[in-house]
Amino acid sequence: MGTTTFHKDTWELYKGMEMSKQLTAGETLVKLGKEHPEIVALCADLGKPTRLWDFGKEFPERFFNFGLAEKNMVTAAAGLASTGKTPFIATYASFLGVLAAENIRTAIAYPNLNVRLIGTHTGIAMGFYGTSHHATEDISITRAMANMTVISPADGAALSELIEESVKTYEGPIYFRISRGREEPVYRKEASEVQNKIGQANILRDGTNLTIIACGIEVNEALKAADQLSEEGLSVRVIDMHTIKPMDDEAVYNAAKETGAILTVEEHNVQGGLGSAVAEILMESGINCKFKRHGFHDEYALIGKPYYLYQHYKLNGEGISEVSKEFLNE
Amino acid sequence: MDNTVSVSKEKIDLIKEKAKMSRLETIRLVALAKSGHYGSSFSSSEIFATLYYKVLNYDPKNPKWRSRDRFVMGKGHAAVGAYPVLADVGFFPKEELDTYTQVGSPFGDHPDMNKINGIDFSSGSIGHGLSVGVGMSLGARVDNENYRSYILMGDGELQEGQVWEAAMSAANFKLGNLVAIVDDNKVTVDGVTGELMDINPIKEKWKSFGWNVVEVDGHDVEALVETFDHLPSPGSDVPTAIICDTVAGKGVSFMEHGYEWHVANLGEDDKQKAIEEIKGGF
Repeated sequence: MGTTTFHKDTWELYKGMEMSKQLTAGETLVKLGKEHPEIVALCADLGKPTRLWDFGKEFPERFFNFGLAEKNMVTAAAGLASTGKTPFIATYASFLGVLAAENIRTAIAYPNLNVRLIGTHTGIAMGFYGTSHHATEDISITRAMANMTVISPADGAALSELIEESVKTYEGPIYFRISRGREEPVYRKEASEVQNKIGQANILRDGTNLTIIACGIEVNEALKAADQLSEEGLSVRVIDMHTIKPMDDEAVYNAAKETGAILTVEEHNVQGGLGSAVAEILMESGINCKFKRHGFHDEYALIGKPYYLYQHYKLNGEGISEVSKEFLNE
Repeated sequence: MDNTVSVSKEKIDLIKEKAKMSRLETIRLVALAKSGHYGSSFSSSEIFATLYYKVLNYDPKNPKWRSRDRFVMGKGHAAVGAYPVLADVGFFPKEELDTYTQVGSPFGDHPDMNKINGIDFSSGSIGHGLSVGVGMSLGARVDNENYRSYILMGDGELQEGQVWEAAMSAANFKLGNLVAIVDDNKVTVDGVTGELMDINPIKEKWKSFGWNVVEVDGHDVEALVETFDHLPSPGSDVPTAIICDTVAGKGVSFMEHGYEWHVANLGEDDKQKAIEEIKGGF
């Protein structure tokens, strides 16, 4: 959790920014920037939360702050990509995947350009800042765009690996969905082997009674739930479905066949999000399997401190554990 | 200031002829589609011809040449007037235009960069073009390239808020290699721009956003050539807006100034009349 100390209830923007070094987007890009002169970075007055700021300090001539003008930033990134650059954009998900959706669709996804969009502070990470700052629709929106890859990494180490792969070998637009940077790590930061590959789900726990498929920060909470459930004698498989599109179909098929029950967990509206994506694959597979989506059920979240909100919506380990038991008893 | 025009009378006449060709081809292509944008294409005819026969650096044999000037149609609906020019200068065979708007054709009402050689960016969503140009001009600067990005916009397009986000950023980033061309034909789909949602004073708006502003008659080829000839160097630090005073439907008397001709289809009699008027010139 770094060296900063704060009470667990604390929620204020500055602290969030300070902690978000964990998200590593900026740090990773600084590393890649030397070998990849095609990388440029764009922000809209929020360069600090993903540390794109760090890239700007290292490569000022390749860093552009557009101020509070997201639609212009997104479309200018498309123009930059047309000249052979690989632009990285980062801003709050509510102002990227939601506010600038048409620009992403028309100027980036349709021409199939190499733009990397990083939506930060997804879901209800902004807590009492309210619905304008929440993003519980961005998976649905970006997943509906042809050509678009949608990735929700579990932590900073995962984001770092996936960014590196995206720069070195991946073609086409990507929407990365990341949280606020205060998450406990799931993966080892200095791992010698690659732990996350685009399009390949990670089975982090094996199990036989239930599979929890999660993405983003809910992966860690799903692991906690699996631990609690194991104490009660339930064997739970946990899948980190970081790439929501294109999804690792095989991981879903195997989970359905081998555990017979799937619970999806996301801090997103269940309409069109991870749960919907898994349901589509499952339904078309013809495999018989119990299935439930856990997330926001077509509602706007209450406002409040994130710590309490995750509890309230049963999106923490304990909550997921409860939801799992209810589901298995249905 | 050196006001001499840098080209011969023959060249000026050629540009005028090519503008006529663009109008005549627009009439032929819209007839294939049975609906199309006459008015906004005709107001841009001299602009298209001046750019492609005099101003832009490009290589039709190498359409993705990285040092080429970029041209983006913010008003993508005028593409029907640009396609014949792109064909004429050699980006693709003219016969390919016969497929215009047919199923599977690369040539739709709005241009597609991944399907048509010579199209530098896909467009259609009004208000994106200038932002794309900001990105292209930033790209040129990062790569130490000397090209310019020219963005054609309609006056109605200036109602889109994103245009002003882009204008603000171009001045902020000191993009002397960016040129906005406003085809001020004074009409939109529903009516007269100044009455429907007044975007005037156009010149003062651009000036107040920190742009170098030039006004020109958008149908006067000599004046257009002179204006483009005197652009500040791409290395300068102020972007330029060229406000072109134009007439929607220019060249066909019964179409001029009429917003009704924004999207339309000429009947056979009117079509022949329009062709004769265009051939006769103005």
